[in-house]
Amino acid sequence: MYVAVKGGERAIDAAHDWLDRARRGPPDQPALDSAQIRDQLSIGTARVMAEGSLYDPDLAALAIKQARGDMIEAIFLIRAYRTTLPRFGASLPVDTAAMQVKRRISATFKDAPGGQILGPTFDYTHRLLDFRLMADGELPADPPALPEAAPDQVPHILSFLNRDGLIEDAPADDAAPPDLTREPLELPADRPLRLQALARGDEGFLLGLAYSTQRGYARNHAFVGELRIGTVAVEMDIPELGFSIDLGEVELTECETVNQFKGSKTEPAQFTRGYGLTFGQTERKAIAMALVDRALRWRELGEDDQGAPAQDQEFVLSHCDNIQATGFLEHIKLPHYVDFQAELELVRRLRAGTADAAKEAAE
Amino acid sequence: MMSPENMQAFRRDALGLLARAKPARLAELLPVSPDHELLRAPEIGTVMVRGRAGGTGAAFNLGEMTVTRASIRLTGSGTVGHGYVQGRDKDHARRAALADALAQDNPSRIEADILTPLRSEEAARRAASASEAARTRVEFFTLVRGEDE
Repeated sequence: MYVAVKGGERAIDAAHDWLDRARRGPPDQPALDSAQIRDQLSIGTARVMAEGSLYDPDLAALAIKQARGDMIEAIFLIRAYRTTLPRFGASLPVDTAAMQVKRRISATFKDAPGGQILGPTFDYTHRLLDFRLMADGELPADPPALPEAAPDQVPHILSFLNRDGLIEDAPADDAAPPDLTREPLELPADRPLRLQALARGDEGFLLGLAYSTQRGYARNHAFVGELRIGTVAVEMDIPELGFSIDLGEVELTECETVNQFKGSKTEPAQFTRGYGLTFGQTERKAIAMALVDRALRWRELGEDDQGAPAQDQEFVLSHCDNIQATGFLEHIKLPHYVDFQAELELVRRLRAGTADAAKEAAE
Repeated sequence: MMSPENMQAFRRDALGLLARAKPARLAELLPVSPDHELLRAPEIGTVMVRGRAGGTGAAFNLGEMTVTRASIRLTGSGTVGHGYVQGRDKDHARRAALADALAQDNPSRIEADILTPLRSEEAARRAASASEAARTRVEFFTLVRGEDE
């Protein structure tokens, strides 16, 4: 027998009302403006855009405010909003070599043309709490402008290795890539589909997997050939115009890794590549993405399946989406009264059977 | 009159500047809207941004961005203009479409009144950012140690 249960509306309304007040905090404190979140918690905003898979800093900041700082809840809000919008088309692939960089470093070449540009990085800070920030710390004065002109664009470092044939080539392919948001994931997934899944995958999950490859689970020894953060133009063909225009610009983080070589008796040894590309200043995510991308390429590079989690594309791609994961995880807290009733009755019956058997054995 | 090729290059450049402009700045530069009809009312949507594996290889879908578009026809000349701008500001898209139509009718005026200021402000913004970045460029120096004289 199935008995439908209704009720709880009043409790739900009261819970939402409390949620609104809890979000706002004490009324004697100023309310957070979403522009403050966008501009002062910009790395959190970037994460919501990257994993929400929608570049819009205003919306990401609003989502963080609405979600009380719960990043996965904020990402969920962005994903839900995205589905309400029509898709106008797809851009031409962005040209990351033409990026206006604010950060650009290489762990492989000290004297890379264009130089090592640190940008606004946490690296080299001492990770000591800065109590001045608690006491309305003053900003350092604006630096004087540099007299010499700064380069607008810097070449990709791996292009130098590529010129000498020391690293595998990545020839352009303009075939329309598969789209996870239109067709469900089908395995085995080709590299463009894997990169899309990784680009919107959970930072923590990918960080753990990437770390596992460094610790020896499918080790492929990655160097960060180049890490760059900056803005690129987004260009799209507009049918009614008959030509392409820039729609705007987005901030991206790009990580290219140089990994252990492959080669054979007939083919000379060559470095291989991993690739990470993410919205916003999301450096940890981009590096993790590049390591996992490289681990997933074992088959096309003729490497052994070591049975490592990071090599298993079904495992990685089916579990890296934090919205799918949290949806399934959190649904178990919702009413399962009927399912549980069935289990309970089963356990009682089994226990009764055991008791009868024990009694018979004793007699 | 501009040749069709030149007009296309001019509009391409103009539409990029209009899309990258801050909505409030464009509203300052184009405060009065000449009479027009909306061929396509401003509409918010998305564009799928693509990247390339390894920066140069196979195209893949990185994620979407919000974009607003509008199309207008000027009542006087009948010229049609299109606007595609990043973000969700409907007025920005309508103004970009207006500027596109006006730029076809009178390129030199729109160049002087709207595009030149936008271009120089953008150049200044980029130069400021490049200068900040250049300040964080590492100057290596080498410590010589243990070598024989």
